[in-house]
Amino acid sequence: MSASLLIAQLLNGLQYGVLLFLLAAGLTLVFGIMSFVNLAHGSLYMLGAYALAVVSGATGSFALGVAAALATGIVVGALLEWAAASRLYRRDHLDHVLATFGLVLFFNELTRMVWGPQPLFVALPEALSGTVELMGFFYPAYRFLIIAVGLAVALGSAWLIHRTRLGMLIRAGSVNPQMVGALGVNIRLLNALLFALGAALAALAGAMAGPILSVQSGMGEPVLITALVVIVIGGIGSVSGAFYAALIVGLTDTLGRTYLPLLMREFASREIASAAGPALASMLIYLLMAVVLALRPQGLFPAHRG
Amino acid sequence: MTTIRPSTLIPLLLLAALAVLPFAAESYYTAFFARVLIYAVAASALNLALGMGGMVSLGHALFLGLGMYSVALPAHFGIDDGWLQLALCVAACGLVGLVTGAISLRTSGIAFIMITLAFAQMGYFLVVSLKQFGGDDGLPIAGASRFFGLELASAEAVYGAAFCLLLALTAWVARLRVSPFGMTLRAGRQNARRVASVGLALPRYQLAAYVLSAVLCGLAGMLLANLNAYASPSSMSWMVSGELIVMVVLGGMGSVFGPLLGALAFLGIEELLKGLTEHWMAIFGLLILAVALLGKSGIAGLLARLDARVPARRSPRLAEGRA
Repeated sequence: MSASLLIAQLLNGLQYGVLLFLLAAGLTLVFGIMSFVNLAHGSLYMLGAYALAVVSGATGSFALGVAAALATGIVVGALLEWAAASRLYRRDHLDHVLATFGLVLFFNELTRMVWGPQPLFVALPEALSGTVELMGFFYPAYRFLIIAVGLAVALGSAWLIHRTRLGMLIRAGSVNPQMVGALGVNIRLLNALLFALGAALAALAGAMAGPILSVQSGMGEPVLITALVVIVIGGIGSVSGAFYAALIVGLTDTLGRTYLPLLMREFASREIASAAGPALASMLIYLLMAVVLALRPQGLFPAHRG
Repeated sequence: MTTIRPSTLIPLLLLAALAVLPFAAESYYTAFFARVLIYAVAASALNLALGMGGMVSLGHALFLGLGMYSVALPAHFGIDDGWLQLALCVAACGLVGLVTGAISLRTSGIAFIMITLAFAQMGYFLVVSLKQFGGDDGLPIAGASRFFGLELASAEAVYGAAFCLLLALTAWVARLRVSPFGMTLRAGRQNARRVASVGLALPRYQLAAYVLSAVLCGLAGMLLANLNAYASPSSMSWMVSGELIVMVVLGGMGSVFGPLLGALAFLGIEELLKGLTEHWMAIFGLLILAVALLGKSGIAGLLARLDARVPARRSPRLAEGRA
């Protein structure tokens, strides 16, 4: 257990955490304000990754690819909001689950239809494919970029929510949407805007993850479920809660996978450790969630409500 | 003498047709309909929690999987005694259902959906990481479950067992719906606060329904493992939980025959679309979206609308049963 391994794993955890935050931010806003369960959020992540792979593959420009991913997120998000979500806000959660489950099947098959079952490969631009030296050890530059983008989005969303008029409406909407509507705010437009914004963030997360994961059909679901764990731990509807919880979950998962098997070898025989270690590590974040919920059902950092 | 209304008559005719099917059909169809019956049992189990209790569990695949592995794991060690496997299944599903249910029921609404989903994922990843029991690839089952003389080795045997189980379950659910227990659950689904103010400890009823539902879902898993001669973690994936919800809603939430109708419609449409195109899932996904957008009285609801057209002398007892 060297120090450089620990630093590398901490950075990996941070990078995973900010990716989770990008996904969880949109999810928690849509949950908190529209009270809408969106399982198709992972599909937007997947579409973002595909948009990056296709556009950057065709043009050779990584930046254009990311722009395409953002545009895809906004357009598909707005379309989804108009065609499905906005018709379901007033219904109960079961209808949301059902509708978005159908959408997940549809989008997964759609990408398989267009791009086939094989994963797509995304080439990194020259400038980002190197490593950065940090106190004597090397870490991939691209992963630093992911961390930077994630932190920038976190700061940007904090500014948006606490310092702008739109943010004020978002906060008001999460407390009492009817009252906001009664005061003459176009709540439908606000909802659509938020939904599209969340979708764009999900697509951005997919685009950022594209080069380090394989871009393929169904890639959105595992990360969606982890993002759901994040928002439950963080407190539904709270963006800052989602940020802290995303970092907690990212670090717990990454460090757990590395150190838990090592740690268990100290206590148990090699055979038991190598069998139970990975099993326990993969369950760790779910155990964390269960513990949080058993002690604090409203989450660790719940949104303040009137 | 009361008249049987279409909403009861049509499912009863369907059950009668299913009773004679294995004697008439080829074994391919027997296997297909055995799957329909098993999923109908699983959907019936979920219907207890979801349809009656209003608990939107997106994690029932966990119990299906536990049922499958309580056949596969003993079989892996050469134990094919069905009663032992059954005891293991009931104990595992009951215990896991009790613990996860007790934690999950501390929350409601969106959080409940997510927690049940997370628990199922936990089970999924646990099984995937157990490489010595097949891990990702699943575990083949060499010897089928043996209950005294009966061995669940052929599709016909599983079909028979699934049919009997479904029949018993459906009859039981029909009685449960109008029992004090069922009434409390259904009332809680509509207005939990009012039920509590009457003085009923609703969470206890909900937990009992959740555990029952978990155990029954495990039984469906045992049958499925025997039908496939195989247990795999993919049957624990959240997609399967979603499919079970679709079946319950498609059939008609909380209704007696809904799970059977839903499972039949779901797997039937799936089979038809698979014959049409390789990309059947895209069409199927949009169909599910349409079902959600159109509302959720389900097939049982459609049949109930037929009832209104048939002039019948409604007996007071049946009318009470529909409340």
